[in-house]
Amino acid sequence: MHLLRTDSGADGRDSRTPVSEQIPVGLTAPSMDHLDQLEAQSIYIFREAFGRLKKIALLWSLGKDSNVMIWLARKAFFGRLPFPALHVDTGKKFPEMYRFRDHYGKEWDLDLRVEPCPPIDAVDPTLPPAARSAARKTEGLKMALGKYGFDGLIAGIRRDEEATRAKERVFSPRGLEGNWDVRDQPPEFWDHFNASPPQGAHLRIHPILHWTEADIWAYTKRENIPIIPLYLSQNGKRYRSLGDQDITNPVNSTASNIDEILAELEQTKVPERAGRALDHETEDAFERLRVAGYL
Amino acid sequence: MNMIVTPASPATPNGTTRPQVRIVIVGHVDHGKSTLVGRLLHETGSLPDGKLEMLKAVSARRGMPFEWSFLLDALQTERDQGITIDTTQIRFRTNSRDIVLIDAPGHAEFLRNMITGASQADGAVLIIDALEGVRDQTRRHGYLLHLLGVKQVAVVVNKMDRVDFSADRFKEISDEISAHLNGLGVTPTAVIPISARDGDGVAERTDRIGWYKGPTVVEALDQLEPARPLEALALRLPVQAIYKFDDRRIVAGRIESGSLIAGDEIVIMPAGKITKIKTVESWPVTPVAGRQGAGRSVGITLDRELFIERGDIVAHAGSAPRETRRLRARIFWLHDKPLAKGDQLLVRCGPKESRATVVAIEKAVDPGELSSTENKAIGRNHVGEIDISLSSPIAADPYTENPRTGRLVIEVSGRIAGGGLVLSVDAGQRAVPVDIVPVESALRPDERSARYQHNGAVVWLTGLPASGKSTLAKALERRLFTNGGSPILLDGDTLRAGLNNDLGFSAADRSENIRRLAEVATHLARNGHIAIVAAVSPAREDRAAARRIADTAFREIHVATPAEVCEDRDPKGHYKKARAGALASFTGIGNDYEAPQAAELVIDTSTRTVAEAADEIEQMLKTTGVLFDEMVDLAANI
Repeated sequence: MHLLRTDSGADGRDSRTPVSEQIPVGLTAPSMDHLDQLEAQSIYIFREAFGRLKKIALLWSLGKDSNVMIWLARKAFFGRLPFPALHVDTGKKFPEMYRFRDHYGKEWDLDLRVEPCPPIDAVDPTLPPAARSAARKTEGLKMALGKYGFDGLIAGIRRDEEATRAKERVFSPRGLEGNWDVRDQPPEFWDHFNASPPQGAHLRIHPILHWTEADIWAYTKRENIPIIPLYLSQNGKRYRSLGDQDITNPVNSTASNIDEILAELEQTKVPERAGRALDHETEDAFERLRVAGYL
Repeated sequence: MNMIVTPASPATPNGTTRPQVRIVIVGHVDHGKSTLVGRLLHETGSLPDGKLEMLKAVSARRGMPFEWSFLLDALQTERDQGITIDTTQIRFRTNSRDIVLIDAPGHAEFLRNMITGASQADGAVLIIDALEGVRDQTRRHGYLLHLLGVKQVAVVVNKMDRVDFSADRFKEISDEISAHLNGLGVTPTAVIPISARDGDGVAERTDRIGWYKGPTVVEALDQLEPARPLEALALRLPVQAIYKFDDRRIVAGRIESGSLIAGDEIVIMPAGKITKIKTVESWPVTPVAGRQGAGRSVGITLDRELFIERGDIVAHAGSAPRETRRLRARIFWLHDKPLAKGDQLLVRCGPKESRATVVAIEKAVDPGELSSTENKAIGRNHVGEIDISLSSPIAADPYTENPRTGRLVIEVSGRIAGGGLVLSVDAGQRAVPVDIVPVESALRPDERSARYQHNGAVVWLTGLPASGKSTLAKALERRLFTNGGSPILLDGDTLRAGLNNDLGFSAADRSENIRRLAEVATHLARNGHIAIVAAVSPAREDRAAARRIADTAFREIHVATPAEVCEDRDPKGHYKKARAGALASFTGIGNDYEAPQAAELVIDTSTRTVAEAADEIEQMLKTTGVLFDEMVDLAANI
């Protein structure tokens, strides 16, 4: 044991020379495009989460956003996901989603943890039907949290998705019950994140908060990230957002590849989560769910 | 998250990059900021087709006159009602610049956004109502620009139509605001008469302001100097983590400025170790050839193994950041409890964190009032300048040299409580000549500790005069020496006879006395000796400074003999003289001794023998890892 910092004193350096120009003319780095910037920011967030928290997991919903997240994490950690991928399974996803999970869970060498949700009877009966169904997932998540004791959960929400998500922080503290206090959020700026949740609480980490739906598709195409075929048009309909079978509806679309999806997004006035029943039940349903810990 | 009105691409058709300039528009809340923004978007052709016509039609249908500020509202609403305005950025183009308007006008958390956003602003537009003239808020915003270091300020005198485009009125306001800004060290780049509503002076010099010969608002924006691109600055790669997932040891982080390429000779700060970049690692393709510039999250491997940790900064040899334990910062405070001198904080500079103490508060300003400049504490939403002493050295740049590594945030109880800009490093300390090259010992610490059976340490005995410090120090010295150790006694009075004979007993001299004692003791401790310091050292702050210097080697012992006993002993006759008024500044009479609150050991010599007290010190040194108990421990320590 060395009580003393042997490297803090001096070892022949001279750090006080004036700053001089470093870049030889004509040797500039290639400039970064929009997707490069988003990617670099997300990688930074992933590394901060992994470095500053003790036990984290990535919430893998199998959708386009969380697949992009896994891809970004593998970029951050040079090919691997150095923490578990947690799938909180309602048991009601599309068969294509389960196939996708089982295939890429292996191919990407994920430490996959599938956690079940409680039966519907255990959930607040005053919520509208679809919200109640989604609230099941929140309960499942709480159970998984209790089981593993994670202090950080990485979630693929984006600011542009939905109004209440716009108020989110990148590192967002959740109370002991997993709840979110939108009015008492700590300041977050200059890529400095509040990474010390109170005892027993945990953090939600949002590495793609600054991305848009179009960014996700453009990046998926550029990086050739696999997707579930339900996102592409069949018989004039496709899914823009994938949830449980019974509360997710396809939208009218002829987009059968990513380029066509991007073209469609340029034109559309329909919000992304239009096919998600729970967003439209009552005005405060989503806010109530988020306060209770829904993603 | 950005409100992109025109395509954000900074590239022109011929492939050259247009300079990007970030601006803020400030001024009194009713002086027409939103109107100016709406008009600017229109005049620069930045609005989507049909948008203006649509809004005019909507206004007509509702039977209300069209206002330019509707544009901003409409764009905002349309974008997403939930988008918080503090993340909004509006872009438009002038002839040769891409303008990014950070911080849309007129919302509640103005100060915080102003500082977090505007600290990166290259320029500002300060708006003044021609009828109302310079108001308090106008002056405050001018002062804020000064605080934030925004040097390029264009002033627009708006609503000239309401003063009949009077050149005299314009000159009156122009003189007043110029004098105010000049007083703050800011020279306006232009003062422009405009009517944002009608368009005069925004993009055109109309007849109504025919007497004005200066630039229009668009021309003034076009002349703003962009900040130097981050890539043109010296390399700064703050280390986020070291990964060893496989046989590669990858140093990961984001390039904050400059650029790097495999083969570069680099220096790891603050340790100052020099090595080379072996490879730049990536995924799925690795390694990557070619230069990597500012903004990239990268991973590098080094051509030799050396100790490197999160928070270090990779720089090019020859343009490294300064290493410091002390810096001055201009901060804004967001915490409920005001920031005061002596407060203990956590400072984060990129991924580097360090415990810190507020040594001085040089300025404390309420930007809402600008009246109170009490230098005691910085309240919530106030700004100020502080000197910070850091418990471990960090590598930092003044923000004028590097806007990314020249900023920091302050945490209190694990929560971000403030942020600021690094004004200077080594604040308040003597300049160190550049030709000082400290030489390190050729011996390793473990070689020394194997011989002495102990690690180096600073044992600091503090207490009232005649409390028994010197007696204990000598007993401890004898005991350690007998056991084969290497103790060295540093008595305050003895050093005053030589090294410190230029110092008296003023508070400043006492502090300097303690600092020198601590530096000498720390040097000895670094070289494996146990420095035993016996000094009254009455000021808590001075002892805290000593602890910062010696860092983990510091062991504080409070010799807490009751004051009556000390006065009764009085071996040097000091108490008697002081009582007779013959000894000024004597600690012991009165309440000027500040007892330690968290000493490693407290000893009352009136209730135990010298040998018993020495036993207790020896035991403390064992339990805190200075003295080795057994040979077994020694093995564990090598």
